[in-house]
Amino acid sequence: MLEAIAFYLLAGVAVLSAFAVVSARNPVHSVLFLILTFFNAAGLFVLLGAEFLAMLLVVVYVGAVAVLFLFVVMMLDVDFVELKQGFLKYMPLGGVVGAFLLAELILVTSAVRGNGLYTDRPTALPDGVTNAERIGRVLYTDYLFLFQLAGLVLFVAMIGAIVLTLRRRSGVKRQDIHKQVGRTRKQGVESKDVLPGQGLG
Amino acid sequence: MQIGLEHYLAVAAALFTIGVFGIFVNRKNIIIILMSIELVLLSVNINLVAFSSFLGNIEGQIFAMFVLTVAAAEAAVGLAILVTYFRNRGDIAVEDLNLMKG
Repeated sequence: MLEAIAFYLLAGVAVLSAFAVVSARNPVHSVLFLILTFFNAAGLFVLLGAEFLAMLLVVVYVGAVAVLFLFVVMMLDVDFVELKQGFLKYMPLGGVVGAFLLAELILVTSAVRGNGLYTDRPTALPDGVTNAERIGRVLYTDYLFLFQLAGLVLFVAMIGAIVLTLRRRSGVKRQDIHKQVGRTRKQGVESKDVLPGQGLG
Repeated sequence: MQIGLEHYLAVAAALFTIGVFGIFVNRKNIIIILMSIELVLLSVNINLVAFSSFLGNIEGQIFAMFVLTVAAAEAAVGLAILVTYFRNRGDIAVEDLNLMKG
C-alpha cells in the first residue's frame, strides 16, 4: 500500500513537472522543473530496486547536466518571450502526434500485460548482494569494452565541447610559452653604432 | 494495491510523449528542445530499469547507464554548439538556422 502511494506520488509529480518543462514561459523555470522530474524518476528507480542508478541519476543529471543547462540559460542574453511565439501555432500538430504516440505506447504496454515473461513484482536481491555489486560484477566483466567505450564517448564529448567554445580574441595579451622559449638573441638584441656627440634620435 | 510493470511503462510512455510534444511546440527555443530530448532519454531509462527489475536481469540497468552516458555527452556538445552559435549570431532562433545551406 505504501509502495503504491509512493509510486503514484512520484509518477504524478514526474509527469506534471515534465509537462511544466515544456510549457513554462521562463527557461530557468524549465530547468528547475527538469531537476524535479529527474529527482522523481530517481525515486521511481529506488522503488524498482535500482538504487545505484537512482543515485547516478541524481549526481549526473541534477549535479552536472541540469547545472550546465542553467549556466547556458543564464549566460545567453536572449529574449525568451519572443522565442515562445508559435507555441499555440504548433500546439495542434504536437497534440495530434503526441496523442497517437501515447495511444500506441499504451497499446504496447497493455499487450505486455500477462505474457508470463516477467515477474509480478520487482525481483528481490539475492542475500548479501547489493545492487551496486551486481552491476559491478557484470559491468566490469561482460561489458568491459563497452564500459571503456562509454569513457571514450565522454572524453570525445569533453574535447568537443572545449574545442567548440574556445576562441582566440584579438587584442588580448596572453603568454605563449613556445614563442618565449624559441626567441633567439637576434630577435631580442639589436646592436647600434652610436656616433659620438649624437643620440639615437 | 500491486504496482506492476505496466504502471512503470505507462509513466515512461507519458514522459516520452511529453518530450516529443515539447519538441513540437517549442520549435523556436533550442534549449527547451534539448531538455525535451533529455526527457525522452529519461523515459527510455525508466523502461530499461523497469524491465530489468521485473525480469530479474541486471543488464537493463547496465544499458541504462550507457544511455545516461550518451545523454550527458549529447547535452554537453549540444550546449557547446549553442553557445558558439549564439556568439556568432547574437540569438538562438532555430527557425532561421540555415547558415550552412549551400
